[in-house]
Amino acid sequence: MIAQNIGFAIIAAVMIIAAVRVVTTSNVVHAALWLVVVLSGVAAQYILLAAEFVAVTQVLVYIGAVMVLFLFGTMLTRSRIGRDSGLNNTYWKLGIPVALVLFAAMAVALVNSFGDERMPTDDNIVSTQQVSDQIFGPYLLPFWALSFVLLAAVIGAIVLARKD
Amino acid sequence: MLVNQFLLLAAVLFCIGVYGVIARKNAVLVLMSIELILNAVNLNFIAFALRNGSTDGHTFALYVIAIAAAEVGVGLGLVLLVYRNRKTISLDDLSEMKG
Amino acid sequence: MIAASEALNQLSSGWFLDHAYLIPIVPAVCFFIIILFGKRLPMKGSEVGVLSMVASLVLAGGTAMQWIDRVNSASEGQFISPVVHTWNWWQIGGMKFTIGQSIDGLAVIVLVVVAFISTLVQIYSLEYLRGDRRYTHFFAALTLFSAGMLAMVIAEDTILLLLGWEIMGLCSFMLIGHWWEDGANSRAALKAFFTVRTGDMGLLVGISMLYFASNDWTTENLGVSGFSIRGISAWALSGEPNSTVILVVSIALFIAAIGKSGQFPLHTWLPDAMAGPTPVSSLLHSSTMVVAGVFLVSRLYPVFFTGFDILGTGGNFITIIGGITIVIAAALAFVQNDIKKVLAYSTVSQLGYMMLGLGAGAWLPAVFHIFTHAFFKACLFLGAGSISHSASHHSFDMKKDMGGLRKVMPITFTTWIISTLALCGVFPFSGFFSKDEIIDNVGNNGYNTFMIIGLIGAFMTAAYMTRATYLTFFGTARGASAGEHHDEHDAHDAHDSHDSHAAASPHESGLLITVPLMILAVLALSSGFLNATPFGEKWELIKKWVEPSSAVVMETAPGGPGHSAALSLPKAEEGHHESPCGSETPEEGVCYAPQLQHAKFKWSKAAISLGIVFFGMLSSWFVCVALYTKKDKRLVGLTQRNGALRAGYKLLDNKYYLDTLYENVIVKAIAGPIAAGAYWFNNNILDGILHLVARVSRTVSGWVYRNIDQRVVDGTVNNSGRATRGVGGILQPVQSGKVSQYGALLFSAAAVAALVLVIINS
Repeated sequence: MIAQNIGFAIIAAVMIIAAVRVVTTSNVVHAALWLVVVLSGVAAQYILLAAEFVAVTQVLVYIGAVMVLFLFGTMLTRSRIGRDSGLNNTYWKLGIPVALVLFAAMAVALVNSFGDERMPTDDNIVSTQQVSDQIFGPYLLPFWALSFVLLAAVIGAIVLARKD
Repeated sequence: MLVNQFLLLAAVLFCIGVYGVIARKNAVLVLMSIELILNAVNLNFIAFALRNGSTDGHTFALYVIAIAAAEVGVGLGLVLLVYRNRKTISLDDLSEMKG
Repeated sequence: MIAASEALNQLSSGWFLDHAYLIPIVPAVCFFIIILFGKRLPMKGSEVGVLSMVASLVLAGGTAMQWIDRVNSASEGQFISPVVHTWNWWQIGGMKFTIGQSIDGLAVIVLVVVAFISTLVQIYSLEYLRGDRRYTHFFAALTLFSAGMLAMVIAEDTILLLLGWEIMGLCSFMLIGHWWEDGANSRAALKAFFTVRTGDMGLLVGISMLYFASNDWTTENLGVSGFSIRGISAWALSGEPNSTVILVVSIALFIAAIGKSGQFPLHTWLPDAMAGPTPVSSLLHSSTMVVAGVFLVSRLYPVFFTGFDILGTGGNFITIIGGITIVIAAALAFVQNDIKKVLAYSTVSQLGYMMLGLGAGAWLPAVFHIFTHAFFKACLFLGAGSISHSASHHSFDMKKDMGGLRKVMPITFTTWIISTLALCGVFPFSGFFSKDEIIDNVGNNGYNTFMIIGLIGAFMTAAYMTRATYLTFFGTARGASAGEHHDEHDAHDAHDSHDSHAAASPHESGLLITVPLMILAVLALSSGFLNATPFGEKWELIKKWVEPSSAVVMETAPGGPGHSAALSLPKAEEGHHESPCGSETPEEGVCYAPQLQHAKFKWSKAAISLGIVFFGMLSSWFVCVALYTKKDKRLVGLTQRNGALRAGYKLLDNKYYLDTLYENVIVKAIAGPIAAGAYWFNNNILDGILHLVARVSRTVSGWVYRNIDQRVVDGTVNNSGRATRGVGGILQPVQSGKVSQYGALLFSAAAVAALVLVIINS
């Protein structure tokens, strides 16, 4: 138990620092790399939460595919690769109070609702098979819909980015 | 492990993402902030799946990942198009909606 | 289950009662048929609309017949349970949403009226809108409009009620703005929509509060959800509810009724809604839209009864609003030159009577007034349409384009006179039996002040209707009705179709118009006898058929709503008001309707009100003759010469300045701070407080200069175009077009909402 908590604390601290760097750094490529750190941290948290399949998917899709897309996007839009002071809005400070108020509200609600409730420790671990049974059983219709969304997104992205 | 430690971490990520959406001017960075928000939501899904001992959370998290991939694809396509026409991706300069 | 059941008769039922849900479904389906295929049909879809309304009317008629059989099959004092059928709509968590029908006396009487008036209006529209460029869409919207009202009437639960209510709101928008090419019409449509929406907030709030307050009780005791109107009624009368909660609910629901029924202070949309085609005005004002608010109050009457402590106090929210509405709307009707606006304010005033009746415990007279009012008001509106269609070159201006029409339009004139007498409440006509009953019962229940207000209203009604009749049908022909042609077409000539027959001199309208008028006039004359209290118990048919019994009912089991019901008979003492059920709060069983009393009819009381009405007519007649025909020097221009009268006239002419208040003061008071806030976002927050102060004070002083100096000191009256532009200008900075700013607004709103939720829940 303690080992898990220590692991959580280290990963969480890294994630928060990395997330803050994503939104504050003045270099677009650095932001993308910090984002990789956050996403890997999320994958690690999934493993702590006994969701291996989702963790692997996270690594494959996010870190593998989405990040490449981001880097290509940065390259193709010829954002300045080095430091760029003009990444923030003129009124960027407005975001601080909004984020803080939002966090305060959520924190109070969470502490009120869950207090010091613990995660169950019995061996009620979800296996990948169960997840697949779910997807291809009761959630088949959303799965189909999702497939069409992906198809539409692929075609849409091609149409949008095509040079004509 | 407390339930709350995961939920609070997700809340922190979410708020950082919100800050990023508001503060950033570069469209690619705004998309990255949105990814932060989506991941915070996913973390919640998985945490509750473990707490409730159900697989629904896993299913939804997978769907969210798929949607997020689609969203990034289309979003970056849009950004490229905007860049090609405007030679800029600064959101401040895109104010056609001004009333 | 209960031993007392042998005292009860089995209530009869029948196919029509069981399938009453078809009544709104038929027109709803036909709406889609008209929209999809209407243009290809030989009569452009109008035949489908008319047929669907005829079908609804037949179904409603059958339902009414079988309901009467059902009432007759019951024994003395037995509770006649409504015919209920429900279907599960959807289910989420522990919440179950059902929709269904519940047919009782109130539903039946309103169903018949709505289906009947809708049918006649559609037939009339065949001729009135012939050749209109959106003929098909007009019939589609009209059909859906009726479907909305019918759905609301049969609703078993507040969900279907809300659905019908909102459908009507949407359709009224489409119909009022039917000729939207003219800016005035689309403005009127928007105004109607927004004003009614303001009230609709109340309905949403009221329904959700009712659900959360009553759900536990209804589920446990009756096996229905907190959306079921029957459940809510029983809950409201059970002595269970917290008095504050039910008071807040009643206020919220009544605000919805104020908006929909055009009560003070949200009545301003109704007269503007006259911009729509006349058949729409007729339908809107007689049997659907505006009656919906009154229907809501009478449908959820137990809630209002308990919430406002009706009969318990000397005046409440409903009676006050109703009383104010009667008088101020009647006063406004005196200064209108547009014949339809006179009728519009008359409707507002009559709705005030219904509300007053409901507020003062005169439930049955108020419902009966819905019934009679529908006939004579529809007849008056269609009569006004007939005049403009055939005589006055599409003008509705009584002073410019009418006068002396009684000779050229005998049928319209006769029907108009009959309906006017009914509206004024002259003895054998229907209005007498309903309106006089309201006034009488209001007084009988101890609301003496409001009875006097009602009598004043009766006087004013008689007077302004005499004025309108005089200007339209008597005196000398003026303007278009004298055969003049004016080339500048006014608002209603936006549709080019009428040019073919516009040049003709005044004549009587065709059969498609006059036949509905005649039918309605006959009903305006005779419908009062369905509940003719002066002639004794035997004549009080509506009372027998419609009024729910306040008996205490033993529900057989949870889950069996509609399968009635053994009952015990509480013996209520006369004049005993401690419990709404008429006995002590029911310990076993529930009751669905409060115990109400009826005033004993006395000719002496009726003679007073009849005298007042005749006095109003006569005095108004002589003033009209002196003013409009003889041009008496003492009267002409009196409002200009006498200071007090001038001020009064100006107040009325500007509709008490309520529009000015809404558009200039309230909208700006809300928009001002938003504008200041938007400036604040725009100009770097931390970067110059001095700058900000200078800007805000300039904004404020500019606002003060524009409004206080220019408007109030100079005394210029609202210029609505300028006001709209001004508001737009103030709000413009919010629409900066910058996405991240929108994001900031969105998230901060979410954050504030989250905080509010957290604070409420902790």
